[in-house]
Amino acid sequence: MLALLIGTAAVFSSCKPKGPADVAMGDAASKVYVAPGKYDEFYNIVSGGFNGQIAVYGIPSGRLFKILPVFSVFPESGYGYSEETKPMLNTSHGFVPWDDLHHIALSTTKGEHDGRWIFANGNNTPRVARVSFKSFRTEEILEIPNSGGNHSSPFITENTEYLVAGTRFSIPMDNKDVPISSYKENFKGSISFVKIDPVNGHMNIAFQLRTPGFNYDLSRAGKGPSHGWFFFSCYNTEQAYTLLEVNASQKDKDFIMAVNWKKAEEYIAQGKGKTEKVRYAHNTYDDKTHSATSKMENEVLVLDVSEFPDIVYFIPCAKSPHGCDVDPTGEYIVGSGKLAAMMPVFSFTKIQNAIANKDYEGDFNGIPVIKYEAALHGEVKKPGLGPLHTEFDEKGNAYTSMFVSSEIVKWNVKTLEILDRVPTYYSIGHLSVPGGPTAKPHGKYVIAYNKITKDRYLPTGPELSQSAQLYDISGDKMRLLLDFPTVGEPHYAEAIPASMITPTSTKIYKIEENEHQYAAKGEAQAKVERKGNEIHVYMTAIRSHLTPDNIEGVRLGDEVFFHVTNLEQDWDVPHGFAIKGAANAEILIMPGETQTLKWKPLTTGVVPFYCTDFCSALHQEMSGYIRISPAGSNTPLKFSTGKIEGQP
Amino acid sequence: MKKLKPLSRILIILSAVLMVSGYFLPLWQILMWAPQYPEGLDMQIWINDIKGDVKIISALNHYIGMRHIEVSMFPEFQYMIYIVGFLIAFGLLASLVNRRFMLVTFTTLIIACALAALVDFYLWGYDYGHNLDPTAPIIVPGMSYQPPLIGTKQLLNFTAFSGPDIGGWIFIASGILAIGTVVFEFKRFHNKI
Repeated sequence: MLALLIGTAAVFSSCKPKGPADVAMGDAASKVYVAPGKYDEFYNIVSGGFNGQIAVYGIPSGRLFKILPVFSVFPESGYGYSEETKPMLNTSHGFVPWDDLHHIALSTTKGEHDGRWIFANGNNTPRVARVSFKSFRTEEILEIPNSGGNHSSPFITENTEYLVAGTRFSIPMDNKDVPISSYKENFKGSISFVKIDPVNGHMNIAFQLRTPGFNYDLSRAGKGPSHGWFFFSCYNTEQAYTLLEVNASQKDKDFIMAVNWKKAEEYIAQGKGKTEKVRYAHNTYDDKTHSATSKMENEVLVLDVSEFPDIVYFIPCAKSPHGCDVDPTGEYIVGSGKLAAMMPVFSFTKIQNAIANKDYEGDFNGIPVIKYEAALHGEVKKPGLGPLHTEFDEKGNAYTSMFVSSEIVKWNVKTLEILDRVPTYYSIGHLSVPGGPTAKPHGKYVIAYNKITKDRYLPTGPELSQSAQLYDISGDKMRLLLDFPTVGEPHYAEAIPASMITPTSTKIYKIEENEHQYAAKGEAQAKVERKGNEIHVYMTAIRSHLTPDNIEGVRLGDEVFFHVTNLEQDWDVPHGFAIKGAANAEILIMPGETQTLKWKPLTTGVVPFYCTDFCSALHQEMSGYIRISPAGSNTPLKFSTGKIEGQP
Repeated sequence: MKKLKPLSRILIILSAVLMVSGYFLPLWQILMWAPQYPEGLDMQIWINDIKGDVKIISALNHYIGMRHIEVSMFPEFQYMIYIVGFLIAFGLLASLVNRRFMLVTFTTLIIACALAALVDFYLWGYDYGHNLDPTAPIIVPGMSYQPPLIGTKQLLNFTAFSGPDIGGWIFIASGILAIGTVVFEFKRFHNKI
């Protein structure tokens, strides 16, 4: 009897699926090993999701190099806390210190990576941001008006002419007070085309398309032959406004929306756009004044697509499509119907023919709906469950993430034949092939960004890090090489060869180019000034002292602004500044830069301040005192460094 | 009064003209490496200037009480251009005058200038490395920081190298040319006898 029990147990345990730990094989370790002092081959620019930041990793090592704040305050550097950076997070709703950063777009020229800028979207309070690839800092944030959640964003055109910002949730325009149940009648979609200045990258909303009310999920620009077009996945064409998980999952097919943006451009040039009154913030950071300014804009040009029938076409796409990805040739558009059992691949040539022949099956709110078969290149049969996103390599293959069946599926774009599949741990969301969305993928790896981590790392309580996985795709079969934890909740990411970025990476800011109005470009310029109840300290920091480091004559009720200029001109010598009781954060000041910490003393006394970044052998000595006297006292305003005064 | 061979006259002109490069190229270099400066720091001495990572080196040296390196520390920069100019002019003149004693004088001048420059550099280095601020944050008993005259030397966490830069090498080439010409002239003379 006992033998039988043991036997049965043995049979059952051998039936259990193989553990995920057994999957990495052979020389995986040597493929991800980057020897001490050596550089990674790729930068991986990874969205931070709900942390509102971007994380920068090295590939193939999976090492985290930097967390780069975009839409969220970051006490570590003072981003959003220093007087200079606060305006970056200004919106029409005031200061919004957090957002949900989902997608990354790296600038391209002729469809290929050019290493100039990183673009990112804020999903919650609709915004887009531009980050410099030189300084790895956020240089511009543009709020998107008439949007109910900026999800299908910040995808860019071939030459970075435009960035799009499509609303995920349709809403009534103009902040109208209407019943929620009047969705069909009152709710509209809104797709913004943001023009990018090719020289300095500055963003401006060129026009908005007013589209039917449903959900715009993801998008990609055409390239090569399809340059001039943009494709958006649409779900909830049922136009449900409650219990979407059921009510927006009824139709067999939703839409891919094809937008002829060149046509829209023509209409705008002809003056057909209508000016609407809106309010949105436009924030820019200047690395000469080391300060951001926020400007409130109040107009936007709108084209209602129902009045211009040759801008927009709908293509039926199986069920609630999520990803809408264009292959490197620009000919094929992959719709990932996340609830469908197959994946349709559309042909740009066929779409053009269908439009020319008016091969329509009807219309939706007056917008032509192209016949499914007329646009279809073919279907990928039984790809897996829950297809979400597709990336491409340089050999004509596609890689699709399968959320439900937790796998990456490799298939040939032309033949639609499935070539390979590998498990991911667990529930993959986005995935990234270096250069995967461009006309010229770099290939070599695919990185999975998983939504569920569970047992992959040492447990850290209920909240775990997220889990990314690196696969080698250089051969016919995909091979798991590495797990690496990620911060926040990564959504989309891109990878770019390090050789395109490192040569122009900023090392210092030149002190002689510092145009900050409170800069002290030398210790001789350090001073303290009183303007009413504002005390402005023009402070310098250099190894290993702050000037001035003794300040007296500040009174209760004063607000003290420490404008700290880092006089260093050597790479990797930042100084920090913090003062006891400051109700915000520290500031980190890069060489040649000026940053300001505002501090309001609440009691009298003598308060220490110090450098927070271990800068030198005498870092612990890099400190000072500020004396706070009672309101109305006549303690004279004075300041010094290195001055020894006799005791009375 | 021995005249010079035509080839010698050409070589003297070449030697003199090569020295013109001294106005456009760094003459001497000091390189420094430390664990946190694997890429190295460098300082180049030009005919009337000091270039390179001078500020960074000064910022590091202040911990041990060494002075900030400034152009004004070197009165030599005021007259080096004239000395080199004189050498060049003398070389050209020697070729023109076409007398052996002029060649010998020219060569002797070059060697004397080179020796004087080395002695001067040694004296500056001695002063710079020994004459330290007594209130310096870091004082290592018995330690001085004189940079090497030529070659490498370990100074606390730094390995320092001192040697000719491109302009200096061209100067050496000028000197060798001049000496070679002297040898050539004297050999010719002996052969004749």
